[in-house]
Amino acid sequence: MPRYLLAVTFAGGNGVPPMTEWTPEEVQAHLDYYGALNDELIASGELVGTTLLTGPDLAVIVTGDGRTAPVRTDGPFAEVKEWIAGFQIVDVESEERAVEIAAKVSAVPGPGGVATRQPIHVRRVMDQGPANAAEMDSYVRTGA
Amino acid sequence: MEELSAGIENLLRTLAPQVLGVLARRSGDFAAAEDAVQEALLAAASHWPREGVPDNPHGWLIQTAHRRWTDHVRSEAARRRREEMAILREPPPDASVPGEDDTLTLVFLCCHPALAPASAIALTLRAVAGLTTAEIATAFLVPEATMAQRISRAKQRVKAAGASFRLPPPHEQAELLRSVRHVLYLLFNEGYAASSGPALHRVDLSDEAIRLTRLLHRAVPDDAETAGLLALMLLTDARRTARTTPDGRLVPLAEQDRTRWDRQRIAEGSALLADAIARRAVGEYQLQAVIAALHDQAATAEATDWPQILALYGLLEQMTGNPVVTLNRAVATAMVHGPSEGLSVLESAAAALKGHHHVDAVRAHLLELSGEQEAAAAHFAAAAGRATSLPERDHLTKKAAELRSAANHKTEASG
Repeated sequence: MPRYLLAVTFAGGNGVPPMTEWTPEEVQAHLDYYGALNDELIASGELVGTTLLTGPDLAVIVTGDGRTAPVRTDGPFAEVKEWIAGFQIVDVESEERAVEIAAKVSAVPGPGGVATRQPIHVRRVMDQGPANAAEMDSYVRTGA
Repeated sequence: MEELSAGIENLLRTLAPQVLGVLARRSGDFAAAEDAVQEALLAAASHWPREGVPDNPHGWLIQTAHRRWTDHVRSEAARRRREEMAILREPPPDASVPGEDDTLTLVFLCCHPALAPASAIALTLRAVAGLTTAEIATAFLVPEATMAQRISRAKQRVKAAGASFRLPPPHEQAELLRSVRHVLYLLFNEGYAASSGPALHRVDLSDEAIRLTRLLHRAVPDDAETAGLLALMLLTDARRTARTTPDGRLVPLAEQDRTRWDRQRIAEGSALLADAIARRAVGEYQLQAVIAALHDQAATAEATDWPQILALYGLLEQMTGNPVVTLNRAVATAMVHGPSEGLSVLESAAAALKGHHHVDAVRAHLLELSGEQEAAAAHFAAAAGRATSLPERDHLTKKAAELRSAANHKTEASG
């Protein structure tokens, strides 16, 4: 089955203040929603894994040319909101199902229990081999 | 778990569906029987390597599974004690009497139409192929807990659909067989998708698909399409070792070292196919198998019988209406009538396959045959951008790069 990465950035939802400004109950409701959604995906046999990343405060950027000493840049970085904050990987029947799950993630509640509508990036994970015997057959046959 | 010898593992996996059949038929509870058999298999896997294989392994497994099953019933018995006592007092089923062949009943249950293909595949691998949940999870690269849930949900769904452990009446079997074949075909394809990457200690899904299709073919030897499916798998799998380099790169059919094709598989597949065709019940798997056989029989890529392949794709297209088949026909058309004819066939399927990267890949290939290197490079690049498989993407990217640099050289030379 195809796998999809559902990534959330630090962008949050449109007009939603940072989490540090929410009430503790709102933060808890937000976390509970994620917990329940993950439980649901485990129960349906679709969740491959969940990973949360630390923020840009701890990030470094490294460049190197393989010969001279690498260059290490610490923050602050521009466009922090585009940084990936965390992701789930799901193993699902179809892209439609991945989109359906992403919509649920996006509806995670924020202040006042209102859906944050945070943007979720849906990315298909690469398969390791040719995806389909019949199609592959034509594909190797053509040499394309 | 201890390292199992191949002999013990084979024995366990051969016995698994037989033992499950006996227990499921007797208990009338497929889900509970399946759990009990799985536990018995695990017990055998830890005892037999140390203590030796018992004289009657079939009976040992039935006894152990039956004990696990009674434990399970007892633990739930508080509220239903009276009805169950009668069952529990009966001796375990007589293992010395060879049971009916339950393979077909089992396969029908596991590939029940109420299940999504992925669930059907997982359940079939466990209940019929005798794999452990951990092995199935590793093969599909998901955590064991995830796979365990998938299997247990599949069993619940089969139960909820009202399916019981009995062979469906003959008039329902044809339709059920169709969905079983589809599930096995998809499993074979999964084997392709997982054919490279971290394969260490991983069950080979193509081999499992072939093994299960053999079981099915043995259960319905007169069914031409099942024989056709098995033939298709063997004739395709025969080229497996020649299809990729050791580091996972794709080798196109025309460039494969044909001496590395598995002659034994080709011979077996061809014989099966000849038998199937003689039954005069042609179907899509048989047609695909004939095409695979024609490729296998060609001593060189140039010797390929393209006119016949083209005719077969025409038939297959009429039968299935599948636009992917049209894509194949476009390639065959190009080989018989030239690339521009092939391109016009391709365009007839392009709308239905909108966004499918194989359309771009085939178009690129046909343009390359027409000598239009720059346009071909652009379409190879487009195909690479939409590819979902790593070896395919790498291959397409390289083709685009080759053609672009060839086109540049040509421009330099003429300018």
